[in-house]
Amino acid sequence: MLATCIRALPDEGCGLLLGTPDGVVVDVVASPNVAASAKVYEIDPKVLLRTFRRADDEGLEVLGVFHSHTHSAAYPSPTDIRQAPDPAWHYVLISLAAVPSDVRSYSIIEGQVSEEIIRVEGVTGPLADD
Amino acid sequence: MSALLRIPTVLRPAMGGEASITVEGATIGAVLSDVTTRYPAVKAQLLNDDGTLHRFLNVYVNDDDVRYLGGVETPVNDRDEITLLPAVAGGAW
Repeated sequence: MLATCIRALPDEGCGLLLGTPDGVVVDVVASPNVAASAKVYEIDPKVLLRTFRRADDEGLEVLGVFHSHTHSAAYPSPTDIRQAPDPAWHYVLISLAAVPSDVRSYSIIEGQVSEEIIRVEGVTGPLADD
Repeated sequence: MSALLRIPTVLRPAMGGEASITVEGATIGAVLSDVTTRYPAVKAQLLNDDGTLHRFLNVYVNDDDVRYLGGVETPVNDRDEITLLPAVAGGAW
């Protein structure tokens, strides 16, 4: 996710989270930001269709979406809240406004934002120590 | 003219809980009219008041996004597969 968002600079980066029905993310699918903007993002509709089809084929689910805020906090903006497509999803926000970057996950249900705990399993490297 | 319509999870509660249904219509507009007649509760999530596609809905005929075809005028052929997906967008703005 971080690599996708850093590569997308100066625009926001984005992608989808693919995982098991019990909520374990098994793959991160990077998407072009078709809004091509530092202030808004939109997942490429072709990536969206391809990822939903892959989920069906592999018995997985699209669990959520990630995107970066290049100059603001890792918290859903009013636009993020208003446009949240699915109350069952996890919304991962990555702030690149400072170093180190800040990665947080939220649920957004009927406009109510709740932060979630991100648990990283089976990973080696810097994230494994979190 | 009948086609298969795939329904995203988020729209299923307003559409009888089905994952897919058979729909009738020669164009995307006609298909969505068929859908909103059968499931009036979903209309506001599919169409604007003027009958154009809702900004935050992606509609595909087979592999193609209808925004790059003919929008609601996009033809639908027998046995086509139509997929609805919510647009995924937001941002810091």
